Amino acid sequence: MKVSITVDGTLREDDVEPRLLLVQYLRDVLGGGTNVGCDTSNCGACTVLLDGASVKSCTVLAVQANGRQVSTIRSLAAGGTWHPLQDAFRAEHGLQCGYCTPGMVMSAVDLLNRNPDPTAEEVRMGLAGNLCRCTGYQNIVKAVRGAAAVLREASAGEG
Amino acid sequence: MIPREFDYVCPSSLEEVFAALREQPGDAKLLAGGHSLLPLMKLRLASPELLIDLSGVPGLRGVRDGGDFLSVGAMTTYSDVIDDPLVQRHCRPLAEVAGCVGDPQVRHRGTIGGALAHGDGAGDVPTLALALDAELVARGPVGSRVISASDFFIGWFQTALAEDEVLTEIRVPKLNEPWGFDYQKFTVSEQGWAIVGSCALVRCENGRISDARVSLTNMAPAPVRARETERLLVSAPARDDVLSLAAEAAPVGTEPGSDLTADADYRRHLAQVLTRRALDRALASSRGEFSGSGMPAR
Repeated sequence: MKVSITVDGTLREDDVEPRLLLVQYLRDVLGGGTNVGCDTSNCGACTVLLDGASVKSCTVLAVQANGRQVSTIRSLAAGGTWHPLQDAFRAEHGLQCGYCTPGMVMSAVDLLNRNPDPTAEEVRMGLAGNLCRCTGYQNIVKAVRGAAAVLREASAGEG
Repeated sequence: MIPREFDYVCPSSLEEVFAALREQPGDAKLLAGGHSLLPLMKLRLASPELLIDLSGVPGLRGVRDGGDFLSVGAMTTYSDVIDDPLVQRHCRPLAEVAGCVGDPQVRHRGTIGGALAHGDGAGDVPTLALALDAELVARGPVGSRVISASDFFIGWFQTALAEDEVLTEIRVPKLNEPWGFDYQKFTVSEQGWAIVGSCALVRCENGRISDARVSLTNMAPAPVRARETERLLVSAPARDDVLSLAAEAAPVGTEPGSDLTADADYRRHLAQVLTRRALDRALASSRGEFSGSGMPAR
């Protein structure tokens, strides 16, 4: 089936099998932007934004993204400058092996879009669909709250 | 994990959905949010020949005021209802239960109608639909019919929907009177399925319980009402000993299964404990002591 999907701002047109998962489309057809973790919609390593909402791309068919916008971690530093979340994950040591990080960051993008000033508890609830097996949650929560402060300051500066 | 091959269509009207169902009777599956169906297909526990995606059919998503009820479109996602002002105002239990399903990503995709039509006895929304006495609207090629939640769930992944019907709408009552509510769910992991869940909806007037509806998740092949618990509560004083006795009766008439996570005896025990907690919190919420139970932070 022919699909047109805007991935990280670029319109892609491909002929895909209906059973091709969005995560496979992103990785095997387009060459990356997210990871496959559990492949059972538990771990959240494959989280991307679909029309702005975080989804587990192992549980979405590529054909379901037809006509829609997909954003992966690759969209964040598009201008060559790191996104405040990327900076904060680095500064707070919000990762060890880094495998969960693309999904973790994209879930955090979604969370901060909806709630620009989350409490630590709200960050934990917002990231409940993302597992980190290096047990780095403490620093991930710190990173997300730190990035939230930076983003709030930036938007206050714009206003 | 890769599903078996299938054909996919994304019709833009219900008439086209009915036509697609007619062409492939028995081998077609309707696709809503896909968060129950796609995992089953990846495990190859389900292998439909045709997937009919309902996302292109207009009018199936959103909540509208139906007078003395709210009409929830079958394709309305969990996160849609959590944020919906009508749901917040008239039927908070729906927002609370939707908020305890899965995790944010699952709630962005999973739909109320999909959860009901899937008919999983471990699902949270079916249990709530039963306690609310919700009505489900099924449309078929020759017209529509309204099915009460108590007639809808008939067995293990089995519902009253016919093969040529589409669940289009769920009607939930407006709870404008002082109903207290709580849903307790016991899971292995934060975003896991309920090993057992207990849903309590109670009304209390002058220290006496005037109405009580209690339903249970994963205590039978389909969600069940805890009728004996309800009988012991209605017209009784809202006292500790009454609640304890009623909660102990929660497993009466249920048929819990045994699996890797819990055996039947443990499930009966959980049903009692969770029902007691749900009743306590429901009564407290009817007195305004809690703003809610399972509401997530967002």
